Amino acid sequence: MRPLPWRAAKLVEIRQETRTARTLAFAVPGWPGHLAGQHVDVRLTAPDGYSTQRSYSLAAPEDGDRVELTVELVADGEVSPYLTEVLEVGDLVELRGPVGGWFVWRPESARPVLLVAGGSGLVPLMAMIRARRRSAGLAPFHLVYSIREPAQRLYPAELDRPDPGLRVDYLYTRATPGGYGRPPGRITRADLLTADPDADCFVCGPTGFVEAAADHLIALGHDAARIRTERFGPTGG
Amino acid sequence: MAIVSRGFQGRRREESVKLPPGQYLTYDFPVLSAGPTPRIPLDRWEFAIDTEAGQTHRWTWPELMALPAEQPTVDLHCVTKWSKLATHWRGVSLDVLMADVETTAEYALVYSYGGYTTNLPLEDLLDGKAWIAYAFEGEELEPQHGGPARLLVPHLYLWKSAKWVRGIRLLHEDWPGFWETAGYHDYGDPWREQRYQGD
Amino acid sequence: MSTENDYLDGNTLAGPLAELFAVDLTVAEGKCVSCGRNGPIADLRVYGPEPGLVARCPGCEEVILRLVRTPDAAWLDLRGVVALRVPLP
Repeated sequence: MRPLPWRAAKLVEIRQETRTARTLAFAVPGWPGHLAGQHVDVRLTAPDGYSTQRSYSLAAPEDGDRVELTVELVADGEVSPYLTEVLEVGDLVELRGPVGGWFVWRPESARPVLLVAGGSGLVPLMAMIRARRRSAGLAPFHLVYSIREPAQRLYPAELDRPDPGLRVDYLYTRATPGGYGRPPGRITRADLLTADPDADCFVCGPTGFVEAAADHLIALGHDAARIRTERFGPTGG
Repeated sequence: MAIVSRGFQGRRREESVKLPPGQYLTYDFPVLSAGPTPRIPLDRWEFAIDTEAGQTHRWTWPELMALPAEQPTVDLHCVTKWSKLATHWRGVSLDVLMADVETTAEYALVYSYGGYTTNLPLEDLLDGKAWIAYAFEGEELEPQHGGPARLLVPHLYLWKSAKWVRGIRLLHEDWPGFWETAGYHDYGDPWREQRYQGD
Repeated sequence: MSTENDYLDGNTLAGPLAELFAVDLTVAEGKCVSCGRNGPIADLRVYGPEPGLVARCPGCEEVILRLVRTPDAAWLDLRGVVALRVPLP
């Protein structure tokens, strides 16, 4: 017996989040539930038997048989173009999980939390924000979210809505909205100065971003043992 | 039994009679890595052949450059199933490097900067079958592809063509290398599809 | 494709290891044989997934764990860890 079986997952809903990212909601009979921050493996099989798999973070907290992923199109990728451009409601993929018990946030924790997201690294952190809201959690959350330009923001309406105890700071690396105080540029130490130095830190994004953010946090006196990272890397797509 | 996803084809997989079984054609040059890319300054680079009798033959970079070079055109077959045809290399044949090496060993363990190793029979390195290659498609070999120099032994799966090659140990017994101790085949002939132990 | 320092976190081993173990090994802590650094599997630097997953110590870059999945077997090498402490709540 396999401890972690592949399960059939049927697409039940699509939400276009940006020009290149969409949220896919699947119905997965028998889904065992999950924690915010965990990921799943998605397997695609072609009619000739060729198959390939990728890992994706879960975008929403546990909700019965429903599993949500937000997938960003990777130019030149093999799996993300299919998931973002071809897959339609009613289609099937295979999914196994949840996996990963390290990069997780548990609603029973009241400790302050710092979330640092680079691009679509926001996805597992959004599951944490949503889990906190759903549990009416008291833990103060601070999200620092770095993206290229305003049009790339994931979940903008949801993050703009008031959510007591959640603070959101945007960093734009290439183009800012009109009148934005911070000039465009990569994350610096100054961007993390106001973070609670005692916070549990979750950093997710491309390897270079995660490296830079984690270095800044350590330089600012954060305890390395309280910094958890999730890089997505060379085999994305 | 896997479920087929409607409309999924995967990367276009071109099969061809010129390819070993299970391989598909690619036109780019994928990079697979098992660790950080070593950077070896040429003034500290060295290549060695260590014999079973404890003798070591060494070449510095200028010494390697001074040896007669060949320009093989070869097909590459990676165990991860891509093949790349008609690639152009420049390098020194192992026949040249082995010319003055006295040995009765039957096996070779190739070792690299960064700690990688791979094993193969010594005869697979001889008779025009293998090179220490330092240029690819007319350019110096990039670090991500094994530069400054890599072993090129194209009749075996590409993991045998150790990147960042540093030396070859000659042995009486076959000594499995990095991937060979973790399930990959000791010989790795693509035409017999020897991918894994037991194939 | 791959460029400088393209590695993932040990988190990425959770799926492949879950094929072998009933508990989540990525939260297990171990000591590096080479430099003595302590930490969870989730904190390792992972290269791959092809031809195999290679997890290295973030302190000294030595190989801690390797995992190769063949069509009919998994090969697991834990050469670089002194012992793993697996939390069992």
